[in-house]
Amino acid sequence: MELGFLIGSVVKIGAILAYLYGLLWVLGHKKLWVKIVGVVAAFAIVQLAFTITIGDSTILNEFDSGLVFQAASMTMIALGLNLIYGFNGQFSLGQWGFYGIGAYTAADITFRWINGDSRGLLVVGIGSILGAVMILGIQKWLSRLRGVPVLSAFTFYLFGSVLVGAVAVVIGNALNPAISPLLGSAYEPGPLSQGIWLQIVYFLAIIFAGVFAGEVSFLFGLPVLSLGSDYFGIATLGFTIIVNTLMLNSDTILPFPEMKGGRGMIGIPKLTTWFWAFFFMLMVIIIMRNVIHSSTGRTILAVREDETAAKAMGIDLASTKLLTFVIGSFFAGIGGGVYAHYIGFLSPGTFDFLAGFNPLIIVVFGGLGSMTGTIAASFGWIFFLEGLLRVLLGQMGPDAPTWRFVLYPIVLLLLMLIRPQGLLGTVEWGFLKAPFVRPRENQHTASDVVEG
Amino acid sequence: MLLDVKNLNVYYGAIHALQGISFHIEEGEIVSLIGANGAGKSTTLRTISGILRPRSGSVHFKGEDITTTPAEQIVRRGISHVPEGRKIFAPLTVRENLEMGAYTRDDPDEIQKSMDRVFVSFPRLKERLNQLGGTLSGGEQQMLATGRGMMSKPSLILLDEPSMGLSPILVEEIFNIIKEINSQGTSILLVEQNALMALSISNRAYVLETGRIVLEGNADDIKNNPQVKSAYLGI
Repeated sequence: MELGFLIGSVVKIGAILAYLYGLLWVLGHKKLWVKIVGVVAAFAIVQLAFTITIGDSTILNEFDSGLVFQAASMTMIALGLNLIYGFNGQFSLGQWGFYGIGAYTAADITFRWINGDSRGLLVVGIGSILGAVMILGIQKWLSRLRGVPVLSAFTFYLFGSVLVGAVAVVIGNALNPAISPLLGSAYEPGPLSQGIWLQIVYFLAIIFAGVFAGEVSFLFGLPVLSLGSDYFGIATLGFTIIVNTLMLNSDTILPFPEMKGGRGMIGIPKLTTWFWAFFFMLMVIIIMRNVIHSSTGRTILAVREDETAAKAMGIDLASTKLLTFVIGSFFAGIGGGVYAHYIGFLSPGTFDFLAGFNPLIIVVFGGLGSMTGTIAASFGWIFFLEGLLRVLLGQMGPDAPTWRFVLYPIVLLLLMLIRPQGLLGTVEWGFLKAPFVRPRENQHTASDVVEG
Repeated sequence: MLLDVKNLNVYYGAIHALQGISFHIEEGEIVSLIGANGAGKSTTLRTISGILRPRSGSVHFKGEDITTTPAEQIVRRGISHVPEGRKIFAPLTVRENLEMGAYTRDDPDEIQKSMDRVFVSFPRLKERLNQLGGTLSGGEQQMLATGRGMMSKPSLILLDEPSMGLSPILVEEIFNIIKEINSQGTSILLVEQNALMALSISNRAYVLETGRIVLEGNADDIKNNPQVKSAYLGI
C-alpha cells in the first residue's frame, strides 16, 4: 500500500512536469491553430481528470484537485516574485502581503455582491481605475519638474490616493441603492448575482484585486525601493507583517465586519473553477513572458546585472524597479483572488509572514531568473510537500506529518549543495525560451556605413 | 564649446573628492584626464554623466545646463558613458548588449545602422553576435562596452580606463579604434592610467592630483613636461 502510494505520487509529479512541458511546448509552437488547440486540450485533460470517475473516485481525487488549485495560485505568486527578485534583483519578502491583499479584496467584492451589497465592486473598481489615472497623471506632471525628492513625490501620490479613495466611496454609496435591489440576498439571489453575471463580477473582482495590490505596491515601493537591496528586504518584511496585523483586526480597526478579523472570513463563494484558475495562470505566464522578452524586460535584467552600467545606458533605475515591483504585486494579487475563491475561507494565519517564505523558497528552488523553474517548482513543491510527504508520513502515525518540515529543509539543503543555481538554473522550455532573432537581410555594407 | 565644466565640487560623504575642477572640451576633440589612483578622474566622469551629483559647480553641454539633469536624460542629450571595468551585461548576448546601448532610441533602422557602424570598428563583435557577454575575453568585453557606448549615437563619449587589464597589442588596437571613432566626428573624454598612450592620441590633456587640476595644455606639451615625465610616464 505504502509502496504503491509512493510510486503513484512520483508518477503524479512526473506527469505534472510532463504536462507543463507539453503546455509550454504547445504555446511556443509557430502555428496559431496548434496553440489554440493545444491550450484547449491542456485545459480539457485536467478538467476531465477532475470529472471522470474510475471505481469510486475521480482520476484526480478531491485532495489532488485541491493541490492543483493551490499550485496554480502559487505559480502566479512565485512568478511575480521571480520577476522582482530573480529578474530585477530586488530581494522582497512583501509578496505574501500583496497576495493577502489580493485575496481579501477579491473575496470582499464577491462576498458583498452575493449578499446584496454592490459597494465592494463599485468602490474597489472605481477606486483602482481612478487610482491608475491619478498615478499616471501625477507621474506625467512630476516628470516635467526636475529634481523632485522621492518623499515629496510620495506625498503627492499619498494625497492623491486618499482623495481617490474618498471619491470612490462617495460614488459607490450613491450608486449602490440603484444596483442592490437587483442582487437579492444570499438566500434569494437576484438576477445580477447568479449565472453569467456572477462570473463577470468574479472576473472583475480578481482583476481589480490585482490592480489594487499593484497600486498599493506602487505607493509602498516608491519610498522603499530607493533603499539598498537588503534594507528593501527588511522593509518588505515589515509590510507583510503590517498587512497581517490589519487582517487580524479587520473588524475592529478597519470597517470591514464581514472579514471577521482573526476568526477568519467565511462564506466566500467558491467560484474558482479549473477554467478560471487555468485562464489566470496562463494570463500571468503570457504577460510575464512577453514583459521579459521585451525591451522593458531587458532593462529589468540590466538593472539587476549592474546599476551603474544600466544608468549609463540611459535607464531610469527608480522607475524600472518600481514597474517591476508593481507588475510582480499585480500577479500576487491575482493569485490571491483565485486562491480565495477556491478555498472559500480566509484566515489571517494563512498570510503569516513565516508562510511568506514559501514563494521565496520556490523561486530559489526552481532557479532565480527561470520562469520554467518557478512554474515547475510551484507544482512540484506543493505535490511533494503537501501531497507526497503529508500522506506518506500520515500513515506512520498521527504526529509523523510534522516530520515533513524536517525532511523538506534537508531536501533544500541538498539541492543548494548540489545545484546552487536552482533545479533548472536558467533553462527555459518551449514558449518561454528567448525568441530566435534572425539576422536582418538588408545589412548595410561596411562601405556605405562609413560614407553615410 | 561642447562641454564646459566649471568649478565642480564633489563629496563622498566627508571626503572632498573633486575640489573645484574646471575644464572644457571643444567639438571634435579628444581630451585626456590623467593622474594617479584616487585623483578623481572617474569621479569627474561619473559626475558629468549624472551618476553622481556635485555639491557645487556646473556642467554645461552644448550650452545647456545639465548639472541636475537625471542620468537617463543626459544620455538622451548625447553623452555616453563607458564605465570603468566594462560593466557589460553578462547574461545578455552581444547583440542584446548593443541593443541596450540604444535603449534611448526608437527607430529600428537607425539602430541597425549604428550597429553596423560598430561592426565596422569592431569586426570581432559581429563574429560573436549571439554569444553571451560574460563569455567574451577581456579585450572583447572592452570592445563590446565601447561599442555599446556608441549605440546611443552620442556626440561625446566618456571613456573610463579603456586599457584596463589588456595586453599591449590590444591596448594599441583599442586606441586606434578610439581615434577612428573620433575622426568620424564624436568627441571623446578619455580617462587613463596609461598616460603615454592616452597622450599620444589626444589633442589636449588635464593632469589631476587629489581632486585638483594641476596642469593643462596640449597633449604634446604635457608629454614633454619634466614633472609629468617623471611622475606619470616613467621616462
